[in-house]
Amino acid sequence: MTAAPLLTPEERVSYLAAGSTLRSWLLTTDHKRIAILYLISITGFFFIGGLAAAMIRADLISPTHHFLTNEGYNRTFSFHGIVMVWFFLIPSIPATFGNFLIPLMIGAKDLAFPRLNLLSWYIYVLGGAFTVYVLIAGGVDTGWTFYTPLSTMFANGHVLAAAAAVFIVGFSSILTGLNFIVTIHKLRAPGMTWGRLPIFVWSHYATSIILVLATPVLAVTLVLLAAERLFHLGIFDPALGGDPLLFQHMFWFYSHPAVYIMILPAMGVVSELVAASAHKRLFGYWFVASASLAIAAVGFLVWGHHMFVSGQSRYASVIFSFLSLLVAAPSAVKVYNWTATLYKGDISLDPPFLFAMAFIGLFTIGGLTGLMLALLAIDVHVHDTYFVIAHFHYIMVGGAVTGFFGAMHFWWPKITGRLYSLTWGRIAAALIFAGFNFTFFPQFVLGYLGMPRRYHVYPPEFQVWHVLSSAGASILAVGYLLPFVYLIHSLRHGQPAGPNPWGAAGLEWTTPSPPPKQNFLTPPVVTKEAYAYPVAEDGDG
Amino acid sequence: MADYVTLAEPYAQPRQQREADFLGMYVFLGTETMLFGALLALVYAYRVAHPEASQVAARHLKIWIATANTAVLLTSSLAVAIAVVAARHGKRRMVGVAFMIAVLLGLTFLGLKGWEYLQDFQEGLAPGIGAPSPLRHGPAALFLDLYFVATTLHAIHLTIGLGALSWVAAMVLRGKVDVPRQAVVVEMTGLYWHFVDIVWLFVFPIFYLARG
Amino acid sequence: MARELRLAVLVWLGLMALLATTVAVTFSPLGPIKPTLNLAIAALKAGLVLWVFMHLREQSALNRLAALFAVAWLAILVAMTLIDLGTRGVAAT
Repeated sequence: MTAAPLLTPEERVSYLAAGSTLRSWLLTTDHKRIAILYLISITGFFFIGGLAAAMIRADLISPTHHFLTNEGYNRTFSFHGIVMVWFFLIPSIPATFGNFLIPLMIGAKDLAFPRLNLLSWYIYVLGGAFTVYVLIAGGVDTGWTFYTPLSTMFANGHVLAAAAAVFIVGFSSILTGLNFIVTIHKLRAPGMTWGRLPIFVWSHYATSIILVLATPVLAVTLVLLAAERLFHLGIFDPALGGDPLLFQHMFWFYSHPAVYIMILPAMGVVSELVAASAHKRLFGYWFVASASLAIAAVGFLVWGHHMFVSGQSRYASVIFSFLSLLVAAPSAVKVYNWTATLYKGDISLDPPFLFAMAFIGLFTIGGLTGLMLALLAIDVHVHDTYFVIAHFHYIMVGGAVTGFFGAMHFWWPKITGRLYSLTWGRIAAALIFAGFNFTFFPQFVLGYLGMPRRYHVYPPEFQVWHVLSSAGASILAVGYLLPFVYLIHSLRHGQPAGPNPWGAAGLEWTTPSPPPKQNFLTPPVVTKEAYAYPVAEDGDG
Repeated sequence: MADYVTLAEPYAQPRQQREADFLGMYVFLGTETMLFGALLALVYAYRVAHPEASQVAARHLKIWIATANTAVLLTSSLAVAIAVVAARHGKRRMVGVAFMIAVLLGLTFLGLKGWEYLQDFQEGLAPGIGAPSPLRHGPAALFLDLYFVATTLHAIHLTIGLGALSWVAAMVLRGKVDVPRQAVVVEMTGLYWHFVDIVWLFVFPIFYLARG
Repeated sequence: MARELRLAVLVWLGLMALLATTVAVTFSPLGPIKPTLNLAIAALKAGLVLWVFMHLREQSALNRLAALFAVAWLAILVAMTLIDLGTRGVAAT
């Protein structure tokens, strides 16, 4: 037991109250404040990307009458993809909840490199500024994938600015991942062995490995794209002996692992929500922990499944197909373990639980359709159709965004020190689940029927499905907007939260809500396993 | 003293902080490895796809300038290695002098590279510059394009390294960075510089020695 | 301190010798193994720089793993891209 000095009255003050000037926020090195800075910025981009989505769905209501031109439609879906992937999904859980919670969960005072953490936010903002410029200047029509030779030779949008925006924001990701890896290795509290880490931490560790290994490849790919476009090189131009498919190899070597960057943190969140909602130890801890690492590793071996019809060799495609089937296995392991955790648990039907259930249901559908797409015989028919769009939205939105909202509803009391209306939380969860399915399930049908992606003109027999989808999108939008209302309302009017309103296990629940700047009143020494239930809830005996 | 760091939040022990610094720097160099590695992997793929054109193009690269530059960079790494030893033993001036020698050698590299680029441009090896050259058509042009991209990217990293070396040398000489108490600053800078050297050690054979 | 300086100079001499070797290999009539040989020599030089100049020999196992992990990971990108490139022309039975 360390005889460390207790905090002074000043030090006991929460991180929110410790300094109220703008300067104290913009020059902070406190991981909790940086998390909030990220939360505000990514929320802004979520809205912008969401507006683009609304325009897409509105434009698709009629097969022939459109308010967007063809070029305008191309630029809208490209902008939607770029913003949602790089400025919302990739940083969403890691940069907000990862930043806030990892030091707390391992018993540390901050991340390993606090100033680097602040720098990574400023880099994010710089990349964001370039993106806003791209929006104002009129966007790009290449899709978020920037395929050559369209992007290098024929596209007449702001390709260089968009590539620059993504290039810059990539460094924000890299630095965050680097920080997490070193923090988790070197700053665990005494007694916090690897086997006692919450799965949330394991998931972020696996995510961080992907972040540092994959993102630099995207960076150099964008450099080559820019060089090709600026200097009229021929690296990806078949007329000069170049190979457009090599761009795709390099792009997807990053972008496939990128989808695991987006989903792994959400899976970590779900592990926490499930254990806390069931008030029960997570079933199969080591299976879930190793599954996170396995997903990260195998996720690097499957990128060719995006190129089955691009001219890739048949033999390479077979190998990629097989590996893509394999990568589903560790994800399935996690789903089984969550289910087993719930079995005979003492379940609270609170918003965190509902979001976790929504995740499991929607992610499973997304995952199963992923298996379908991994099969060459099916993919040949549904590649570049709405089937693919539906698949990845089930995972990215049904999975990752739901996980983000679940995290928000679970750790909000810890971050803000306020309780929110559970009834409204349940309503939002239900609307999101229903709205999501109405929006995206029809898209599986559309894809199967042959509706191509990235088109806004379509045969009239598809209209009924598009209308259904757009109607669902309006319900989904309400579901996403509601939390902004009641959560922000709780900041002023919510009941003050105690240290552990859910009765959850984990070091973050042993410290006041909101935590002091130093995170803990006394430096923790860990003696218990992770998920050591039962745990007393605030207000219990 | 023996850990060469001044303890700062959020660390509890100097040894812990030192290990974190090294781990952080190696992870960062890992990301740079992926950056340059992916580029060089692409070059390798093109060499495999177009072996004869690559050889022809490589024969127009200035192998002797590049060999001299390799020797220059290796010597600069020696200077930096000496600086780190000096830092650990508290030899302030030796650190400053060794780092400045490395900077001079780095500038020599850039000077030779600039002279090399000039000749390349005059021969028409670069897109859109100089006399029209038959090498600017077909797969040989791809090899040359990648050569320019790779060496420019390397030169940018090297220039950043020169800035870091100069700044740290100044800090050490003025006593703002105290050796050996804060020698880790010198060590971290050294690691980055050595990495820039290692990248060149691979650029050299992949491009210049591809002449067959 | 003198010992450490001497080691650094010795390593430098070794690096210079390897540089001379690799240039010699390039101009030799060894044929198609030359690229492989030159890459191996480059790896050897890099190894020397890492092990001695970058103090990898003093580091913990974890830091050594961190230093070399990316290199191993690159192999995935190279290998699987080459599988595609290498089998594109191969006719299906």
